[in-house]
Amino acid sequence: MDPRKIIICRCEEVTLADVLEAIEKGYTDLESLKRYLRIGMGPCQGTHCIPIVLRILRRATGKNVEELMLPTTRPPLHPVQAKYFLGGDKD
Amino acid sequence: MPDYRIYEHPILDFRRGRRVRFYYRDKVIEAYEGESILAALYAVGYRVFNRSPKLGLPRGAYCMIGKCSSCLSIVDGVPNTRICIEPVREGIHVEPQEGLADIRRARKQEVVETVKVETDLLVVGGGPAGLKAALVAAEHGADVVLVNDHFVLGGQLVKQTHKFFGSRDYFGGTRGFRIAEILSKKVKEYSNVHVYTNGFAYGYFKGGVVGVAVHGEHPLNLLVKAKTIIAAPGAAEKGLDFEGNYLPGVMGAGGAQTLMNQYGVRPGDKAVVIGSGNVGLIIAYQLLQAGVKVEALAEILPRIGGWFVHAAKIRRLGVKILTRHSIVRAIGSDRVEKAVLQAYDERFRPIPGTEKEFDVDLVLISIGLQPDTKFFAQAGAVMKWVPEAGGLVPIRTWGQETSVENLFVAGDASGIEEATTAFIEGEIAALSALLKLGLGGKEVEERRGKLIDFLWNEYRMAPVVRRAREGKLKVTVSEEEMEKIRMGEFP
Repeated sequence: MDPRKIIICRCEEVTLADVLEAIEKGYTDLESLKRYLRIGMGPCQGTHCIPIVLRILRRATGKNVEELMLPTTRPPLHPVQAKYFLGGDKD
Repeated sequence: MPDYRIYEHPILDFRRGRRVRFYYRDKVIEAYEGESILAALYAVGYRVFNRSPKLGLPRGAYCMIGKCSSCLSIVDGVPNTRICIEPVREGIHVEPQEGLADIRRARKQEVVETVKVETDLLVVGGGPAGLKAALVAAEHGADVVLVNDHFVLGGQLVKQTHKFFGSRDYFGGTRGFRIAEILSKKVKEYSNVHVYTNGFAYGYFKGGVVGVAVHGEHPLNLLVKAKTIIAAPGAAEKGLDFEGNYLPGVMGAGGAQTLMNQYGVRPGDKAVVIGSGNVGLIIAYQLLQAGVKVEALAEILPRIGGWFVHAAKIRRLGVKILTRHSIVRAIGSDRVEKAVLQAYDERFRPIPGTEKEFDVDLVLISIGLQPDTKFFAQAGAVMKWVPEAGGLVPIRTWGQETSVENLFVAGDASGIEEATTAFIEGEIAALSALLKLGLGGKEVEERRGKLIDFLWNEYRMAPVVRRAREGKLKVTVSEEEMEKIRMGEFP
C-alpha cells in the first residue's frame, strides 16, 4: 500500500501520507489537522474527508470523537461568487 | 463520438426532452433538455472534468448530486460550477477547470441583486422530507419558501426505480421517481409555496436570516427571514481510502445510479461494487438492467449486509459476491482501467497473496451514507456523533426541533434512514412549525401526536430499521430536556 497514492481530502488533495505524517508530528485532533493540512476547507467543506480522517485519528490516537474536536463550520456552505455580495443593502 | 445513452431498459422509458446544443471547449455537444451538463458530457464519452490544483490529478464524476468538488467546471465564464446539478441550456459555453479559478477572468461590474423576503416557513432541500414538509405547511395556509440546490426537485427519489413498501399514505406501491413527480407537481400548485431551484443555502445568520444564492438566468442573492425553518439537506455517500481512489471511474454507487436511472446514461462497461448493503446489492442489479457487466461485488465483513432476496437475485444473474474482500487499488492513468480486490482477515487486514485483478472501468463505492449536517453545525445547533445514524447529527425534540429555536431537521440529515421515514419526519416537522406559527389548532396537535406514535412505536419497530431507531433515540429529547441543552447543560 502506498499512502501517497491514497487521497483522503479530494478538494484539497491531501494524501494518507500527509495525514499520517501530520499525526506523527503531533497534530492529533481535527481542528489542528484542518489548520495544518487544509482538510475540510475546500468546496465540499469536509463532507467527504472528515469521516475518513476521524477514522484514521481514532485508530492512531485511541481517542473518541468528542475528544477529537470537530472543526467549526463557517459560511459560505457552498461556493458563492463575490458578485452575490456586492449588491449591498437596499434599505 | 461514443454514445452511452440507454435506449432500451426493462422498466424505465427515457422520454428525452427537446434537443439542446451547447459548447464544451470548442466542440458542439448535442444534449436533451432536462439533462445536467455532466450527464450530457458523460453520455458522449467524457470522463475527466477538471484537474486538481496542486497535483494535477484528473477528476471525474463522483457524487453526482452537488456534494463534492469533482466536477467543478467553468460555465459561461463562471468557475467552480458543479455541473452535475447545473442544467444544459442552449448555447452555453462550458470548459473544464484546470486547477484554481483564474480571478483575472472575472467579469467586471457584475452585481447580483439582493432581495429580502419574509415568510412563515423556509424549507431547505426539496427531497422527500422537504417536499412533504412544504406541502403540509402549505395546506394549512402557511407562506412557504422552498430552496433546492438541484435544478430538479425530488432529491434522491428521482433515481429510485423500485416500488415503495408500506402504507398508501406514504406512497406504498409507487416507484420512487413517480413519487418525486407527483410531489413536485403538487408543490407547484400552491400559490403560497415559492420554489427556488438551483438555490444554495450558504449560511444561517443573525436573527435567523438564511442566505440563498440562486443560480441560473436570473441570479439572486435571497435573504430569507423565516419565522420557522425546516432543513432537510439529505446525505452524502461515504468515501473509502485505497490506492488510486481519486481516479475517474471511482464513483459513489449512488452517483452511478443518478447517471443510469435519472438521465438514462450508462455509467460504464464493467464494474466492481464495494459494499453489500441493500444499496450496493440493488445498484448491482440496476447496473445489469442498464447494460453494465458487474464483475464482482465485495464485502469486507464475513456476511452480506443487505437482504437475502436482493443478494439471491444478482447471484442468479451471475454476479460474484466476495465476502471478506475489499478493494486495495484502482489502476489507470486518466481513468480506471483495473481494480484489485483482496481478501481481508477478521481484523480487517489484507491477506498477502490473495489479490484478484479485474478489468473494469467503474469502481462503485457503496459503504453507506453520512448525514449532510453542515447547515445545522453552522447555525450553532448542538450536535452529537451517532454511528448508528451515520455520523454527526443535531439533537432534536420529538417534534424535530433542534437546539436552535425554530430550526427543524427532517430526513437523512437527521440520521440515515429511508424515504418513508423522511416523509414522516418532514410532516412532523411541518406540524410542529405550524403550531409555532399559530396556524395549527387542536387537529394539528392531534395529528402530530399520532404520527410521532406511529413512527416510533410502529414503523421503526420493524427489525430491519431497528438500528436506525436506536441511533435516533440517542439524539431525540423532550422539550424540557431541550430547554436544558439550550441553557448549556449537555446530555
